[in-house]
Amino acid sequence: MTAAPAIEARDVAKIFRQGTGMFSAARHVRAVDGVSFAVPAGGCFGIVGESGCGKSTLARLILGLYPATSGDILVDGRRLADMGRRERARLIQPVFQDPFSSLNPRRRIRDIVGLPLAAQGVGGAEITSRVAAMLERVGLSAEMAGRLPAQLSGGQRQRVAIARALILRPRIVVCDEPTSALDVSVQAQILNLLAELRRDLGLTLLFISHNLAVVEHICDEVAVMYLGRVVEHAETDALFRAPAHPYTRALLASVLTPEPGRGIPDVGLGDTYPDPANIPPGCRFHPRCPIAVDACRTQVPQPRVLSGRTVECLLA
Amino acid sequence: MSETLLDVQGLRVRFGGGTEAVRGVSLAVDRGETHCLVGESGCGKSVSALAVMTLLARGATRSAERMAFAGTDLLGLDERGMAKLRGNRMAMIFQEPMTSLNPAYTVGSQMAEVMRRHRGASRRAALDRAAALLGRVGITAPGMRLAQYPHQLSGGLRQRVMIAMALMCDPELLIADEPTTALDVTVQAQILRLLLELQRELGLAILLITHDLGIVARMAHRVSVMYAGQVVESAPAADLFAAPTHPYTRGLLDCVPAPGKVARGAQLGSIPGTVPRIPLGFTGCAFRDRCAQAMPECSGDIPAQTRIPGHRYLCRLPAGWPRDAAA
Amino acid sequence: MSGFPPLRRIAAGLGAVIVLGVAFAAIFAPLLVPHDPFLQDLNQRMVPPSWMEGGMPAHLFGTDQLGRDYLSRLIYGARISMLIGVMTVITSGLIGITLGVLGGFFGGRVDDVVMFAITCRLSIPLILVALSVVSLIGSSLTVVVFTLGLLLWDRFAVVARTTTMQVRTLDYVSAAWAAGCSRSYILLREVLPNIVHHLIVVATLEMALAILLEAALSFLGLGVPPPLPSWGLMISEAKDYMFFSPWVIMVPGIALFVLVLGINFLGDGLRDLLGATRDA
Repeated sequence: MTAAPAIEARDVAKIFRQGTGMFSAARHVRAVDGVSFAVPAGGCFGIVGESGCGKSTLARLILGLYPATSGDILVDGRRLADMGRRERARLIQPVFQDPFSSLNPRRRIRDIVGLPLAAQGVGGAEITSRVAAMLERVGLSAEMAGRLPAQLSGGQRQRVAIARALILRPRIVVCDEPTSALDVSVQAQILNLLAELRRDLGLTLLFISHNLAVVEHICDEVAVMYLGRVVEHAETDALFRAPAHPYTRALLASVLTPEPGRGIPDVGLGDTYPDPANIPPGCRFHPRCPIAVDACRTQVPQPRVLSGRTVECLLA
Repeated sequence: MSETLLDVQGLRVRFGGGTEAVRGVSLAVDRGETHCLVGESGCGKSVSALAVMTLLARGATRSAERMAFAGTDLLGLDERGMAKLRGNRMAMIFQEPMTSLNPAYTVGSQMAEVMRRHRGASRRAALDRAAALLGRVGITAPGMRLAQYPHQLSGGLRQRVMIAMALMCDPELLIADEPTTALDVTVQAQILRLLLELQRELGLAILLITHDLGIVARMAHRVSVMYAGQVVESAPAADLFAAPTHPYTRGLLDCVPAPGKVARGAQLGSIPGTVPRIPLGFTGCAFRDRCAQAMPECSGDIPAQTRIPGHRYLCRLPAGWPRDAAA
Repeated sequence: MSGFPPLRRIAAGLGAVIVLGVAFAAIFAPLLVPHDPFLQDLNQRMVPPSWMEGGMPAHLFGTDQLGRDYLSRLIYGARISMLIGVMTVITSGLIGITLGVLGGFFGGRVDDVVMFAITCRLSIPLILVALSVVSLIGSSLTVVVFTLGLLLWDRFAVVARTTTMQVRTLDYVSAAWAAGCSRSYILLREVLPNIVHHLIVVATLEMALAILLEAALSFLGLGVPPPLPSWGLMISEAKDYMFFSPWVIMVPGIALFVLVLGINFLGDGLRDLLGATRDA
């Protein structure tokens, strides 16, 4: 693998200013705080973590919806920030979580799926035929093109969102929790479709989820985020077989597989919750960490490479 | 220890506009037991629970052959009688605690109110109990939390407060409607673990409504699988997972990605199509359009069969029908 | 879509009938009136409505103090009221929606300016400024429309701003950005169509308010100039005769009340209807 990775993040950070009212001091929320990774072409990279860990912000940075505060995102070795909106759209497309808010309720399916084509200046007749072909490709009948989103079920809407993401034949698709708003039976349909499209079209997938079972099923590599940083990053098998970071261990322990009689595991994280506006000093996980020692309160752990994985923990 | 606390037979709920959301549901919850009601959105699981609590929205009508709680006939109870039971001997917690906590009052005053209303307890005594319960559900510094407003708490803390509030009057039955769906996975595990501990300690009966088969497997003594307003399969948890018999239950279990079960990137099992709308007067099996085993007789009356005592299912297929035929 | 209670549907239907009826009368006034509304007949002054004692079949609602046919003046008055209502809403809507959408969409510095403008506007006493402007410049239809239009945009701005802020964060707008759409395309095609149903409701409220304000200005002698038969002016002219001929004040008064009620009913109905289609 000497080719440039399909997508690469180099020390990317995003800081939001909150409360810019006249009388309140601005708070700085470090949503993404120095994240680096690289995904080879055709790979499926999973990003897991709890709400507030910055995984959705990272997705939006990669989609170019926000500018990064610092750091670079590179696609095929070129800076995303240097690309025009049309060029970026041809390379990267999103699939969002909620199929109810991700489709404009006042436009017909044809216009929704054809929107990226229209933005590239493609003409109406070509849009119609390409939309029809793409709808069939994601398992919808072409006659759906004339319907409104409200006339479709959740699973059908998510297929529409996937069709919209693929119509420009992008190289990279960023999936932000694409199945968590769906019923289990529909979730399986969508996961199968994504896996099939990835194989057939050679897509590079960035798969963001809080559902570790889903990530394990679909991803080759996984990064675990906590309060804006990647605390562990490894190949899926290695990560799930032997998690090194205590937070990864807690996350894995809380996966409830359908095996009766196993009971509910003790994740041992206490009742404090992470707040990205108030990141603790030292190791940012120490207030919840079951194995924290005194050094964790003061010393910031640096990323360390251990047997094919990167971990940010003083004790790993 | 298997005294039936809640006994529902033939529950039906109909909405204006000619849709029937619940079509003859029967379920029983024993003391100290967790009964999981599992199904996909729109299957009628939440509506069933609301019907038991007499909390249905206006325009919905409820009927049942029998509905009894600890020997009391709920069908004959008026609104005042029901209000005496609700929050007292049977309590309910919801998916989004913010909708059931009043944003204008402190946690303490809301919790105390429950006990003062039902038990006539003094404010002092009620607040003491509230503080003790907050401690019991794993909240540090309960005294401080009592003075806070709901929006000052995180999602996990709010759900703990809801649980503590539900426990104020020592309920016998706790109905939990997707209590952890809005929470992060680690917090979900903590909340579910708490429910298990409380059940062991207080002998609570829990009716747990969820769409997550992982939760069902880890929590339930007994499981009822709902589809399109009916219970299509009901069995002790171990038996249901060992020998799922209704094609829908089998399909649902195949859909869940479980470590080691399916190779990475390989196809997950899935159920084709979507949940149908069931018009009034619908007969036969509502699953037949999505079922690989469907036969012409499936549009007629479907017999309720028994695999082993305690394991019932609603399908024409024999108990040990071969799995492979499904593919 | 048949979700809302029957009483509200009846009210909405009634509102639609009233507004359409008045609009019809306003548009086709020259064809509908039985007499010339400006023609004075001093021999037939203060004739009561035809159903009262002394009434004449030729004058259904009687005549005024100059012997002009009251029904004809009422129909021509509808023209003034509807014209003022519609033109004011267009003017104020253009100002308010532009400001609100820009503030809500761009946020930051732009939004600060918009919020400042809204706050300033809300601190201006409406009637007082309208009165002084009209008395300074002199009253004409155009002056009244522009004065009201420049004053009544605040509610449009507030509603457009908050709804734009909500819609802006929705995933379909993010998807449009990611699809490479231009800023103006997203504003006009993705955001605006999804806030329009809120703005229509505001438009009905503002229209009713504008009609009432015009009546108030005309009553005070500062609205449309006298030969034009505005309902407010009719009430004003009638106030000297109301003790002996109460109908001269009741006829335009009731017409004004019914029209404003109808517009409000229609607004409520539209809110229910548009809200329902959105959530369906």
